[in-house]
Amino acid sequence: MRRWTTDPILTVEHLTMRFGGLVAVDNLDFQVGRGDITALIGPNGAGKTTVFNCITGFYKPTEGRIALALTPEARNRLDDITATGRRGTHDGHLFLLERMPDYEVARRGKVARTFQNIRLFGGMTVLENLLVAQHNSLMEASGYSIRGLLGLPSYRAGVAAALDRARYWLDRTDLTDRADDPASDLPYGAQRRLEIARAMCSEPKLLCLDEPAAGLNPRESAELNRFLQFIRDNHDLSILLIEHDMGVVMEISDHIVVLDYGEKISDGSPDEVRSDPRVIAAYLGVEDEEVDTVEREMST
Amino acid sequence: MTAASESSAVNTRPPGAEIEDENREAAMAGEPPFKTHPTARQDLLAAALKEAAIAAFITLALAGPLIGLKTEPAVGGLTLVQRWTPVAVAVAIVFVGRLLLRLFVWPAAGVERRPAWYARLGVALPPATGRVAVGALFLVGLLLPFLVMWLFPSYSRQFIDLGLLILTYIMLGWGLNIVVGLAGLLDLGYVAFYAVGAYSYALIALHFGWSFWVCLPIAGLLAALWGIALGFPVLRLRGDYLAIVTLAFGEIIRLVLINWQELTNGPVGLSRIPRPSFFGLEFVPGPGGFADYFGIDYKPIHRIVFFYYILLALALFTNFVTIRLRRLPVGRAWEALREDEIACRSLGINTTNTKLTAFAIGAMFGGFAGSFFATRQGFISPESFNFTESATIVAIVVLGGLGSQIGIVISSVVLIGGLELLRNIGFLKAIFGPDFDPTQYRLLIFGLAMVFIMVWRPRGLIATRLPSVFLKERRAVSAEFVGEGRG
Repeated sequence: MRRWTTDPILTVEHLTMRFGGLVAVDNLDFQVGRGDITALIGPNGAGKTTVFNCITGFYKPTEGRIALALTPEARNRLDDITATGRRGTHDGHLFLLERMPDYEVARRGKVARTFQNIRLFGGMTVLENLLVAQHNSLMEASGYSIRGLLGLPSYRAGVAAALDRARYWLDRTDLTDRADDPASDLPYGAQRRLEIARAMCSEPKLLCLDEPAAGLNPRESAELNRFLQFIRDNHDLSILLIEHDMGVVMEISDHIVVLDYGEKISDGSPDEVRSDPRVIAAYLGVEDEEVDTVEREMST
Repeated sequence: MTAASESSAVNTRPPGAEIEDENREAAMAGEPPFKTHPTARQDLLAAALKEAAIAAFITLALAGPLIGLKTEPAVGGLTLVQRWTPVAVAVAIVFVGRLLLRLFVWPAAGVERRPAWYARLGVALPPATGRVAVGALFLVGLLLPFLVMWLFPSYSRQFIDLGLLILTYIMLGWGLNIVVGLAGLLDLGYVAFYAVGAYSYALIALHFGWSFWVCLPIAGLLAALWGIALGFPVLRLRGDYLAIVTLAFGEIIRLVLINWQELTNGPVGLSRIPRPSFFGLEFVPGPGGFADYFGIDYKPIHRIVFFYYILLALALFTNFVTIRLRRLPVGRAWEALREDEIACRSLGINTTNTKLTAFAIGAMFGGFAGSFFATRQGFISPESFNFTESATIVAIVVLGGLGSQIGIVISSVVLIGGLELLRNIGFLKAIFGPDFDPTQYRLLIFGLAMVFIMVWRPRGLIATRLPSVFLKERRAVSAEFVGEGRG
């Protein structure tokens, strides 16, 4: 089943990002299927994190369109919206992410992300980190601080709901015992889990993970695999991840996109990608001319 | 997940765009100034001599022009008086002092070796002590005028005035704490909002004759408006750049106050600013006044005591609102902004609005304090709002501990109260002779206190952070984890 062609939540078209003379991403097209775990892989410097930064609004792409369709039907209106110059439809089902500032991508587009080098609020406790992630819903509950200052019951109900959600993710990530400790005090693996829990507390529809398994040992990687599958199966979202750990990628991905030097060199199911000679060449560092040779060798 | 892998993983972070930032931070994280660890005694002596010589040379370079040369008015202009003996004394003191310190106080291991008493200084007191101390401080604050009138009847006016001064700085410190301590935005022009509040109150009260209680919120709102006006252009700036622009903003406001003669009366200032009344009762002698209505003898001190309670109420209001805001989403967003702005944006927090609310609310409290200042003095001029005021408020916040409400109270009492008391200390004259004037050394002592506290407690007096919410127990977060903000 190739959901990424029939029902994509994210459609990236002609994405190009130049930094001065450097072309970090060159005319990239790919799709993320609704409910899939999609992996974006490639050698160091292939432009994976740049793609992430474009999707999440941290970079404005030089060219290209990034469409987020929160419902399958919304995609039908894609070309109309592109022509109007607006950021998305009024019903909030379709967004053109390249037109939105980063915080709007997260808030309205429901795209959450983690960072390659963990970015937690180190001096705040684990629980506070999870509450900051629910800023926008809490802000509404607190009536933009007016109701909150007066301590009205509607705000207290909002806080109780936020705490319940935080407790749920603390349980899921095995961090309940450390809820009142500062985030910087956690060991590395726990910080990685907390960052994912924090992203999940913002109730995303698309979760972007930048190398979630980096620095984890094999056992932690296996736990991460199970955790990501649990999220996908129980929380109605799609996951896009950058990963170097092929164990993680091959085991859990439904769909893999391979980048090299800012261009897409392969796109398909894990089995297709695994047997793609261009991928093997890119990973083994073979010159372009030798790809044919490699291919011949592989087929024999 | 296992502990072994976790500990080894800390230093094996994957490479990436953010790593440069982290490397920069790690590079700035601080190394002791002395890196050499000579093993043999001769090496130690040689290193000590070298360091002492360098220190002496720096002293010579500084003291040469500063102490060695002095201009004195003479017939037909200035003459240059040369004083090389004090320079030589200064250089000798530094040379010998540094040599002795290096040889005996910091032997071999560098500055990390500290005397035993030093370690005990930073030991945290049991949590109950904190609550008792806060309660005691509150009681003293509440009863201060009566305590003073009972204990020091002849000095009561002077002491209550001092209390007013300290309370003003506490309130300013609490207001600035929102911007600097919580949101992590270094604002060196905070006095501008104090000035806006003071002039707003004075002008509205003088021209429209509205009462203090009507003007106060208006002045606060106007200051908040100026906070937003400052906030917009500086949103993109961080760290040093932000500090410079806010500093310039403070100066601009002062220069406008000096030069806009038609509105502000220029450097002459505004006088005869109306005083607040006690529910319509003026503090004047004779029939219809406060004393007459309550059937007590008229005393000028009644007004001062009244002022004291107005300011106490304003300060407590500031404190209440700040504590409340810290536990609201907006307060947590301020602190998150201080910790990591990029992570905030990735969670859908509009950092522009968050910074602006911090600037606006901080400025509003500054405006309240300014209105009070205007009504208490009855006279304001641009001279009251120079950079020294901003620096003092920032010093109070930093010394008290960024983000700590009670730390600001302690540092205000020590810095402002301590310096004022210095004026009145008599026994120093007995030691240093009748010509000794302690006020001349105020800034020197101020500087020494700052250096001492920054060495002893680099994160301020109360550096730990209390979490805004907890699951099982509220445990203070140690200062080493708390970010200082880079914007």
